[in-house]
Amino acid sequence: MQKFILGKKNQITLISAILIVLAFFSRFALENMDIFHWSLIIASVLGLAPIAIQAYQALKVKVVSIDVLVTIAVTGAFLIQKFEESAIVTFLFLFGAYLEQRTLNKTRSAIKELTEMAPESALKKMENGEFEEVDVDDVDEGDILLVKTGAKVPVDGTVLSGEGYINEASITGESVPVGKTVDSQVYAGTILENGTIQIRADRVGEDTTFGRIIELVEEAQDSKSEAERFIDRFSKYYTPAVLVLGFIVWLISRNVELAITILVLGCPGALVIGVPVSNVAGIGNGARNGVLLKGSEVINDFSKVDTIVFDKTGTLTVGNPEVAEKEFYGENIDEVQAYLASVEKESDHPLAKAVLKDIGETNLFTVEKTEVVKGGGIIAQVNGRRIAVGNVALMEKENVALSEKARRDVERFEQKGNSLVLTAVDGELKVLMGIRDKIRPGVKKDLQKLKRLGVKNLVVLSGDNQGTVDLVARELGLTKAYGHMLPEDKSAFIKKMQAKGHIIAFVGDGVNDSPSLALADIGIAMGSGTDVAIETSDAVLMNSDFSRLPHALGLTKSTARNMKQNIIIAVGVVIILLASLIFSEWMNMSIGMLVHEASILVVILNGMRLLRYRLRGRLA
Amino acid sequence: MQKAVIQLEPLVCPSCMQKIEHAVKLLNGIRQDSIKILFNASKVRVNFDSDKLTVGEIEKAIETLGYEVISSKVKPA
Repeated sequence: MQKFILGKKNQITLISAILIVLAFFSRFALENMDIFHWSLIIASVLGLAPIAIQAYQALKVKVVSIDVLVTIAVTGAFLIQKFEESAIVTFLFLFGAYLEQRTLNKTRSAIKELTEMAPESALKKMENGEFEEVDVDDVDEGDILLVKTGAKVPVDGTVLSGEGYINEASITGESVPVGKTVDSQVYAGTILENGTIQIRADRVGEDTTFGRIIELVEEAQDSKSEAERFIDRFSKYYTPAVLVLGFIVWLISRNVELAITILVLGCPGALVIGVPVSNVAGIGNGARNGVLLKGSEVINDFSKVDTIVFDKTGTLTVGNPEVAEKEFYGENIDEVQAYLASVEKESDHPLAKAVLKDIGETNLFTVEKTEVVKGGGIIAQVNGRRIAVGNVALMEKENVALSEKARRDVERFEQKGNSLVLTAVDGELKVLMGIRDKIRPGVKKDLQKLKRLGVKNLVVLSGDNQGTVDLVARELGLTKAYGHMLPEDKSAFIKKMQAKGHIIAFVGDGVNDSPSLALADIGIAMGSGTDVAIETSDAVLMNSDFSRLPHALGLTKSTARNMKQNIIIAVGVVIILLASLIFSEWMNMSIGMLVHEASILVVILNGMRLLRYRLRGRLA
Repeated sequence: MQKAVIQLEPLVCPSCMQKIEHAVKLLNGIRQDSIKILFNASKVRVNFDSDKLTVGEIEKAIETLGYEVISSKVKPA
């Protein structure tokens, strides 16, 4: 019975609306007061039923909810034969709840779209060797699955046979299909655009990359800031307090109407819902636009950032350095290049890769006694000769004398923004290479947008030489540039800036920068979506898309502002209602309920604006 | 100890959260500090002692309040 009534809430709302219209029609058009009263009585009783049931359920678990306030108020109005008020208040309360549900679903839609991309079924190889469709929850690690053209990849896995093109937009944001063959990795939630593949399940369910992203976003939309937790605690005592207040007023004034009006006016309505609504809409907008924000605390801090610190390689630059210039000193160039290639082969440093690519095919020697000098380079023994590969500091340490010409070359290379790789054989400089990394396209414009959004300091920290870093800083219009920074120097720098009262965001690729990411007020990872960095940072720019950064900052500013607006609307409405009850004649239960429901809708609609937020192109 | 994730119909009023939280808390075998009601995701996450309680009983407690349970998953915690 209870369930039936609650399930028919919408129909009840409609019927009471019709009854109220009928009542006023018969009063003013037919001048029939009997129909007027009876319509309103039926509307009141009918409308109160679902509210009273909810109130009873709440009291049973010891919660004084809004339903309780409304039930007492309406019952009171009914007993003193104010049927007009009791009918209208119940109707408004029910209709308001209906509208809230509709609009809330809208604000949640962005995140819902994301979760609905989750795969639901899979074709699993059974014991008899046949593939059968099963629920994705029934897939275990190690199972063999078949994915056909047009289907979603159900789990993270490895291709065992077949080939095809996969659209990985749900993970990376990149919608150009990626070719997959045997041994390629495939990800849950991506779509096989053509071809047929068999895969082995490596990670299933919530452990997949897609599952982790969804869980993260779901947690984020419901994570609470300090202010929200305060409101929660507040509202726990607020509603019972309103009840007590109404009772005291009745005791003193013996005026039932006044007492029950206070119950209705005091409903906390918009206050509790205002902030979560802004939060979900803001995070939803981000998720749709390739920015993962981890909760309302992050939004608040992010919106206040005045200093953004960037890692250079892979963040401001493409992260794919190439040899741009080189000079040889002395003879036997081929032999020296072979030594160099042999040593660099041992290293996974990005510059080493650039060197190898430049040298190409060559004879390789056995490398012995390799010694990595931190912040310097590599020293090794090749073919009985001592090879030193690294920067100028390493050459000084190795007592390699630089000729006048070499010095000029070094200077010239540095001014052009090259990172330097010097090679010395037995203490004699043989090769100087200048390696350059391309600046990401569009970064300059994005940085200008950040400045316009109120960021005062844009700083680049890099392990590269000062010349290179200065050049990048000049080209991009950064405020400060520091070279020769080891990871621990970077985090020390952030600590120093924080001590000066700056609120800092650090943007890095999340591999070697994890201390800085963790230390900064906001750690922003440039993630391809498959990185573990997703978990350690506060915000992630999907698909390493730098241009999402201004959007992210603008969005958090708008969202933080939106939350404040909603709090002001909610508190303002309660104050105005109570004040007008004391100072004016026209305030009554029906108007109070109308204003309350309207204010709830206003905060939801206000929050919904965030879904459409886009950074305006204010570039001249 | 098991971990249940219960998906509910979309929650609309925040006082629903309070109600659900209290109702679930009153059950015997619930890890009190593990209850998490996700308002926007409309989910309940809770750890419970599987000797004393089944997920069906948790679902029933929520449904008696008038909120429909859409699905639930149980994993060892």
